[in-house]
Amino acid sequence: MANVLMIHPNKCTGCRSCELACAFEKEGQFRPRASRVHVFTWDREGISVPMMCQHCDPAPCVSVCTPGAMHRNRASGLVEWDVKRCIRCRMCVQACPFGNAVYDTLSNSIFKCDTCSGAPECVAFCPNKALEFSEDTLSTRSRKKAFAAKFKEAF
Amino acid sequence: MYGWIGTILRVNLTNRTVKKEPLDPKLAKQYIGARGLGTKIMYDEVDPRVDPLSPDNKLIFAPGPLTGTFAPSGGRYNVITKGPLTGTIAASSSGGTFGPELKFAGYDMLILEGKASSPVYLYIRDDKVEIRDAAKLWGKEVPDTTDLIRAETDEDAKVACIGPGGERLVLFANVMNEMHRAAGRSGVGAVMGSKNLKAVAVVGGGAVTVADPKGFKAAVLTAREKILSHPVGGQGLKAYGTDVLINILNQTGGLPTRNFREGYFPTADKVGGESLTATLLLRPKGCFSCVISCGRVTEVKNPKYQGAGEGPEYETAWALGPDCGIDDLEAITKANYLCNELGIDPITMGSTIACAMDLYENGVITLKDTGGIPLNFGNAEALVEMVRKTGMREGFGDKLALGSYRLADSYGHPEYSMTAKKQEMPAYDPRAVQGIGLQYATSNRGGCHVRGYTIAMEVLGNPSKIDNLTTEGKAQVNIAFQDLTAALDSTGACLFATFGMGAEELAQMVSTLTGVAYPTQELLRAGERIWNLERLWNLKAGFTTKDDTIPERLLKEPLPGGGAKGHVSKLGQMLPEYYQLRGWDKSGVPTEKKLQELALA
Repeated sequence: MANVLMIHPNKCTGCRSCELACAFEKEGQFRPRASRVHVFTWDREGISVPMMCQHCDPAPCVSVCTPGAMHRNRASGLVEWDVKRCIRCRMCVQACPFGNAVYDTLSNSIFKCDTCSGAPECVAFCPNKALEFSEDTLSTRSRKKAFAAKFKEAF
Repeated sequence: MYGWIGTILRVNLTNRTVKKEPLDPKLAKQYIGARGLGTKIMYDEVDPRVDPLSPDNKLIFAPGPLTGTFAPSGGRYNVITKGPLTGTIAASSSGGTFGPELKFAGYDMLILEGKASSPVYLYIRDDKVEIRDAAKLWGKEVPDTTDLIRAETDEDAKVACIGPGGERLVLFANVMNEMHRAAGRSGVGAVMGSKNLKAVAVVGGGAVTVADPKGFKAAVLTAREKILSHPVGGQGLKAYGTDVLINILNQTGGLPTRNFREGYFPTADKVGGESLTATLLLRPKGCFSCVISCGRVTEVKNPKYQGAGEGPEYETAWALGPDCGIDDLEAITKANYLCNELGIDPITMGSTIACAMDLYENGVITLKDTGGIPLNFGNAEALVEMVRKTGMREGFGDKLALGSYRLADSYGHPEYSMTAKKQEMPAYDPRAVQGIGLQYATSNRGGCHVRGYTIAMEVLGNPSKIDNLTTEGKAQVNIAFQDLTAALDSTGACLFATFGMGAEELAQMVSTLTGVAYPTQELLRAGERIWNLERLWNLKAGFTTKDDTIPERLLKEPLPGGGAKGHVSKLGQMLPEYYQLRGWDKSGVPTEKKLQELALA
């Protein structure tokens, strides 16, 4: 059993508190570019969607990583980045189909969500519960229940 | 520097020069940022008697120290200039993400000087600053302008721009950012138009740094919790938007109706936040780092008023609604969309149309003046058409574009204009809420509620309830609210954050962020300093105690019905006490002693 990060774009207001909390936790400063989560907003429609690493399995970033820096932690089920083994070839950045791993020249690091070792700051700072960190098989519970409630109304 | 970036960007549009200057830490400490620091620059560099629409006026975009951090609802910036509607100092606040982006690009402030010889826009990408041709953008509405500039620069660029209203120098044109967020009042968009500046686009990859990370995080969490656990800040505004105030003010008898002829509108509920939520609301939206989410993403499907965008807010729903005798929420929302697209302030717009309707119903103006459109109170179709005509300055709209004071005055009846210092008052009748009348009269940018929102205590009971119909103690309440708001605006925080947090939380956040000690009293003292500096500017611009007033209608004609029936504004009972408590003489001039106390002498 492990927790997974869920995004609920229907609840996201586009405030980017998650980006700020992430950048602050990881880099000690408010640099949204350094955040491991990014919110995309469509101004005309007023819709916002947060994006971050989904810890695929098998993960393309892990598959292409020659020195084994990008690896799966079997205990947590998460894809983790080992700075000591990384040769900054950035193949993980190329491989991620979602664009959720990036390289930062300033810090010479790969930026990718690691769920803050199981206590994600983005979730803690989201004022709208648009980000949730919950048990794997229960992660869609709120979404499921919202639709279930419609059935309730039908009877 | 921490919190502040430490750099001011100065662009002269006449000479097409770009300069980067260090921010003076002493000034930063004394005036904080945004509204305060912008006013200080204006005071030091611009003659207060300047023609607001001349190249000699300056236009300043300024975030505050909190802007760009995760301070709750702390991501705002101000546009500071001499306002063409009022002739006073103008500082107009806006949310969205433009202010933070300016800081991430590396600037605490953008000062624009002179006038471009032809339409241009400014493209700031970190340390690179370009003045680009805007010929193809001139004439475009706000959303199209934003999209076109993003296509030419960067799809993630944050764009603050003017619409046709600002280009055509509508005296209450605004500056819009991210399409729907407005630096809305006092006509700051007309100043931008007068400089031939269509837009400022910013992309920034830098950081805002923190002096005491642990302390700042703790201060932020405390402030957040206070807002999130507050019934208005944490729940009400997200669920119903600011428009929830319609029914509350109507019950108080202070919802100005038909150009302030009455204070109660029987069908007000049709345009209130509860109705908006049940009909047109798609979802709430938040500005940068906002925990409140009062923004309204809405859509009107009715083909007659079809459109999509954001709003209406309370003041907008009122100005375009009950103040014009209108209860058609779809028409109001459409008129709101048009204001945003054309880049004009819906408060002044609505109140100016209400004034025109009042003039029309009383025979001062006729169909001949209005271009054949019957401007009766309640005519929703005329409302929508007049908003469009004003933004484009077509026909009668060309006169409406001057605001209600100049409109009514041009027909020899300035008393029909519901303004203070020529700026339209917002949606709280001073006869039903005594303290707000004193606020309108003394506000440094004319008729305005967000310079000292006494409604919080007089109507909403935040943090505690005081009697709305008495005058006792209202001078002191106004001063406290004005000073706190001046400080808060200057930090980059949103006024709505005070639905939960107070001066103490604010001071704690600014201190830990910047590393500059602001004990609560020191922060409030900075607010008082800023307020007095704005006053000094206005005095130098030629304003006197005679201008510290509100329309005669409110002082002499009792409310005909509703919860405050029979009351008039007793401004005269409050103003002398206000001057005295401010440390000003009987003419409303700050005494030498007060100026020395505030380091303004």
